[in-house]
Amino acid sequence: MEHLELFFKSIFIDNMVFATFLGMCSYLAVSKKVSTAVGLGAAVIFVLAITVPLNWLLDQYILQPGALSWLGEEYAAYDLSFLSFIMFIATIATMVQLVEIVVEKFSPSLYNSLGIFLPLIAVNCAILGGSLFMQSREIESLGLALNYGVGSGIGWFLAILAIAAIREKIRYSNVPPALRGLGITFIITGLMAIGFMSFGGMLTGGDEEAKPSSEPTTTTIEVIKEEIKKEEAILKSDLEIAENTNK
Amino acid sequence: MGKDSRLILDPLADNNPITIQVLGICSALAITAELEASIVMSISVLFVLGIGNVVISLMRNIIPSKIRIIVQLIVVATLVIIVDLVLKAFAYELSKTLSVFVGLIITNCIIMGRFEAFALGNGPWRSFLDGIGNALGYGVILIIVGFFRELLGSGTLLGFPVLGDPIEKTGLYAIGYENNGFMLLSPMALIVVGIIIWIQRTRNKALIED
Repeated sequence: MEHLELFFKSIFIDNMVFATFLGMCSYLAVSKKVSTAVGLGAAVIFVLAITVPLNWLLDQYILQPGALSWLGEEYAAYDLSFLSFIMFIATIATMVQLVEIVVEKFSPSLYNSLGIFLPLIAVNCAILGGSLFMQSREIESLGLALNYGVGSGIGWFLAILAIAAIREKIRYSNVPPALRGLGITFIITGLMAIGFMSFGGMLTGGDEEAKPSSEPTTTTIEVIKEEIKKEEAILKSDLEIAENTNK
Repeated sequence: MGKDSRLILDPLADNNPITIQVLGICSALAITAELEASIVMSISVLFVLGIGNVVISLMRNIIPSKIRIIVQLIVVATLVIIVDLVLKAFAYELSKTLSVFVGLIITNCIIMGRFEAFALGNGPWRSFLDGIGNALGYGVILIIVGFFRELLGSGTLLGFPVLGDPIEKTGLYAIGYENNGFMLLSPMALIVVGIIIWIQRTRNKALIED
């Protein structure tokens, strides 16, 4: 259940493109055709599925405060978390390079379809963002980290697929000249993001962010009650006036 | 001198990194709900891009071209760690608001884009000017978006109530004005940037795409 919840949450509610604007550069640059968008999307899922669990291990056993305690008692006080940016980006850059070599060796056809996008991915904010959010949201286990990586990859894939399909169609529409290309893409993405916000209601039950809103609601309920009382009083006086005039 | 000053002036408008080169969109959108965060983000990028461009430019003849991406990433990551630690020490609240987006300066396409396109082929002084120019162009858009989103969304600028008090109904609120809370939500950032692009391209027809 926990896995399913995180999976859907990372695809729809915390969608990388629409909720946190990660990987917008390649999202805008490579979304002119559906076929290339699919290639890049697949590569993003692939790389996120590898780097997020890897960086989770790195975070858990090297970077976190006290993570080095497996080396012995004297290392328990070390806190290397300030190194996480450089460690994460180094892992990502090496993994991308490694994946490129391995894929080229064992699956030339996959390499031909993903090949040109792989180097681009090392500097895609979605990949580093996935690892940084994994760290800041304190994901608990390796399985959940893998789940989070794949889920956010699929969310990114969906987003770029959708915008590429829309951009292919919008070429035949009569858009104001100054908005053509980049401008209209921004506005469409904004509208799609509003649409994706409606998924926010899907998992409010166990959501920690929903808790703080409970305080204001009690006050608003009191305000509403007072308003209802006032309206009732007005209604009563109206009724009395009506009865009086009838008499 | 004329050539050098163009390095700074061009990215401010006609070759703006965000609206024309389409670089560095992610952070521009995510943190612009408040003006203060936008300003701090612009200064951070100014620091990282200015210094990073100089460092890469100084090393451009000794970096093997095959591993240049990793070298560039290491240089940026080091500078970003400095920014992150300084923010944590002197503006802790703000560093919480910016959260992972400070880290994401590393993969901000403006930085890698300028390293690749400019610093690898030019001397340190011109690279420095190019870095400053592009960071300023980025900052201008961030500050415009942050200004409108904070003003229309919460009626404040840098935290000061400029339109009056919404609870006691003073200032503009006395005549029935309401804050547009929608401006604070993330989709509006995209639409505001879209409108900026629209205005810019209407004024300068040469920028219109087919």
